Amino acid sequence: MGREVAESCVDGVVMQMVAAYCGGFYAAKPELAARRIEAIGFQVGHQLTERYTMERPRFSDHLEAIKFICKDFWSELFKKQIDNLKTNHRGTFVLQDNHFRWLTRVSVDPSVESMDATENDSTTLGDSAAQTTSMLLYFPCGIIRGALTNLGISCSVTADMSNLPACSFVVRIKT
Amino acid sequence: MPPLTGPKSGDALFGSVERVNAELFTLTYGAIVRQLLTDLEEVEEVNKQLDQMGYNIGTRLVDEFLAKSNVSRCVDFKETADVIAKLGFKMFLGVTATVTNWDAEGTSCSFVLEDNPLVDFVELPDTCQGLQYCNVLSGVIRGALEMVSMKTEVTWVRDMLRGDDAYEMRVKLTKQVPEEYPYKDDD
Repeated sequence: MGREVAESCVDGVVMQMVAAYCGGFYAAKPELAARRIEAIGFQVGHQLTERYTMERPRFSDHLEAIKFICKDFWSELFKKQIDNLKTNHRGTFVLQDNHFRWLTRVSVDPSVESMDATENDSTTLGDSAAQTTSMLLYFPCGIIRGALTNLGISCSVTADMSNLPACSFVVRIKT
Repeated sequence: MPPLTGPKSGDALFGSVERVNAELFTLTYGAIVRQLLTDLEEVEEVNKQLDQMGYNIGTRLVDEFLAKSNVSRCVDFKETADVIAKLGFKMFLGVTATVTNWDAEGTSCSFVLEDNPLVDFVELPDTCQGLQYCNVLSGVIRGALEMVSMKTEVTWVRDMLRGDDAYEMRVKLTKQVPEEYPYKDDD
């Protein structure tokens, strides 16, 4: 096994990246913050696929590349495979992780965050937590898009977190 | 209730935490630094931002460290520095730091790293003169120590990305806030 660090190191830098871009530089411009976080993820995904595919032959088609992301790539990053892969056979794939690691420490239940707060504060805190979580997800979306781009597949990736801590990543391949 | 066992060794500590592929950490940090260099106009602003991010991380990592390491109260700054170098760096980064160059009062020392997972694959272009690439580490140290009542100033003395033979952080204790006991009730 290669070199490892504690998971809290990765959690720490990812959370601080989100905090810096959403709470700091682009507090009033969430679209710009999202784009920056996605760009960072894209860079990471692009470089990681470079390393993880060094000794592999080329993938013969899009499905093979997507399966690589679901199995080997996800296992390297999260020590488990994607739980479910669906496709409409027209260029859209849905990758579902039933227990996405980076969401397991995120709370979006307002009552947990603000037991003593007023109704208005509760709403604000709930909205704020949900927004932070959705901002965080631009990072793994960027990772997936960067990885696939390096494998020759141009695509867009979005996340659906309506069933926490499950998370679905929707990959739409551009033709 | 006091711990039933003594402090864990560095290797046992590293073995007991959840670990991830170091490349994910290295490449994520590198991509963040690159993006910050694009978004912030001054290198000094990037240095400040990395230090602040590290400070925020350090205030949280110290909780995990104390929860898992079985370290009891350190009696002075010297003991604290030894614990950070031998156990803290090992627990989180998988490497050991050396503590050296103490001053006469025992309030300043250096942490020396000869191995640093943050900088695998990293090369700095000439346009990044003045960038303290590992400033997140100095922020982590400052944040963690502040949570155990020690205010410090941390500066970089040696940096392998600039051609030095090791990484050296100079840590100076500026203020130690004694813990008051017993705590007074609010009412």
